[in-house]
Amino acid sequence: MLECHWSVEIYNRLKAARVRQVAYVPDAGHAQLIELFKADPEIASTVLTTEEEGIAIAAGAWLGGDRSVLLMQSSGVGNCINMLSLAVIARFPLLILVTMRGEWAEFNPWQVPMGLATETCLAAVGVRCLRADAPEPLVETVMAAAKLAYEADQQIAVIIGQRMIGEKKW
Amino acid sequence: MVSGVSGAQSALGRRVAVAELLKDRGDLLVVSGLGSPSYDVHAAGDHPGNYYLWGAMGSAALIGLGLAQACPQRKVAVITGDGEQLMGLGGLATIAVARPKNLDVVVIDNGRYGETGMQLSHTGFTIDLARIAAACGFVDVRTIDTLSAVSQLRQDLHREAAGPRFFVLKVAPETVERSLPFRDAVHGKNRFRAHLGLPVS
Repeated sequence: MLECHWSVEIYNRLKAARVRQVAYVPDAGHAQLIELFKADPEIASTVLTTEEEGIAIAAGAWLGGDRSVLLMQSSGVGNCINMLSLAVIARFPLLILVTMRGEWAEFNPWQVPMGLATETCLAAVGVRCLRADAPEPLVETVMAAAKLAYEADQQIAVIIGQRMIGEKKW
Repeated sequence: MVSGVSGAQSALGRRVAVAELLKDRGDLLVVSGLGSPSYDVHAAGDHPGNYYLWGAMGSAALIGLGLAQACPQRKVAVITGDGEQLMGLGGLATIAVARPKNLDVVVIDNGRYGETGMQLSHTGFTIDLARIAAACGFVDVRTIDTLSAVSQLRQDLHREAAGPRFFVLKVAPETVERSLPFRDAVHGKNRFRAHLGLPVS
C-alpha cells in the first residue's frame, strides 16, 4: 500500500497548507488522492473535461483567495500549453502534480511521445519541473513546490515518475 | 428554462448592452474574455473588481468558476465573446457539473471573430451556444437581443440563483472603437485581490 501512503501524506500536507480547491481529470495514478479530496467537504473538487480548464480554475481560485492544486497525467500536459500563458504572465501561483506515462515499463506506444515531451514542454512555456521517483522525496518535493507556488508566485509541476506508480495492470 | 430569439440579425449595440448590464453593479465581480468583451467591459467603466483577459482563449468562464468557488458569497459574471466561449465548450460541462450558484456566463455574440477581421464564428453559421448550455444543465438560459431584456437581466444578475446561468446577448456585428484596459496581468491580479481585501504579494 505504498501508493496509499503517499497519497494520504500529500493530502494531509496540502490540506495543512490551506489548499481549498482541487481540479482533476480522472487518472489511475492520482486515484486515491482524488478520492481523498472529493471526500473532504472543505475542498471544492472540480472534475474537468480537459486539463487546461484547470489552469483557468487555479487562476480564478487565486483571484478569490483560494490556494488550489491541479492533478493530471503527462498526456494532459500537452493540452495545457497555451493556457499556461495565463499562469506565467500573471504570475498566478500554480501547483500541478503530473503522473508520468510513457517512460517506465509502458505498454502503450501512444503514451510515449507526450511522455517524452512533458518536461520539455513545461519548461519551454515557463513552468518549472521538480521530479520525484520515490514516495519519500515526492512528499518533500510537493511541499517545496507548494511553497514556491503559493508564497513565491511560481508555476511548478511536480513530475511523479512512472516507476513509482507502477505498471498498468490489465 | 430556455428562452430566446432567433432569425433576423440583432440591432442591439454591444457597448450599450454591456454598459446597461454593468450599471449600478454593486458587489459584482467580472471576468472579461479577450478581445472585444474586454474592451466593452472597460468602456463601461474601469473597476478593480474586473479581471480583463488579453489571451488564454477559452479560459474566461473557468476563471469565473474558480473565483465563484473561492467567493461563494459574491456574484461573479463572466462577460465573453462567442469565439472565446466556443474555444472552451467543454468548460460548460465542467461548470454545469460543478454547479456554482453564484456564476453567470454572459456571451456577447456577434457571430464573428472581431480581432482577426470579422470572419464568421460557428455561432455565425449554425451553432446555438444557449442550447448547448441548456443541454449541459445551466439552470437559466436566455438568448436576448433587446435593451429592455438586458435591463431585466441586469436585475437578475444580482438575484439568487439555483445554479449556474448562461445568457447569450445577440449583438449587431458592428466594429466599435477599442477601449483598451491595461495589459499587465500581474497588476490586474493584485488590484483584484486588493479589492477583495486579500494579501497582495
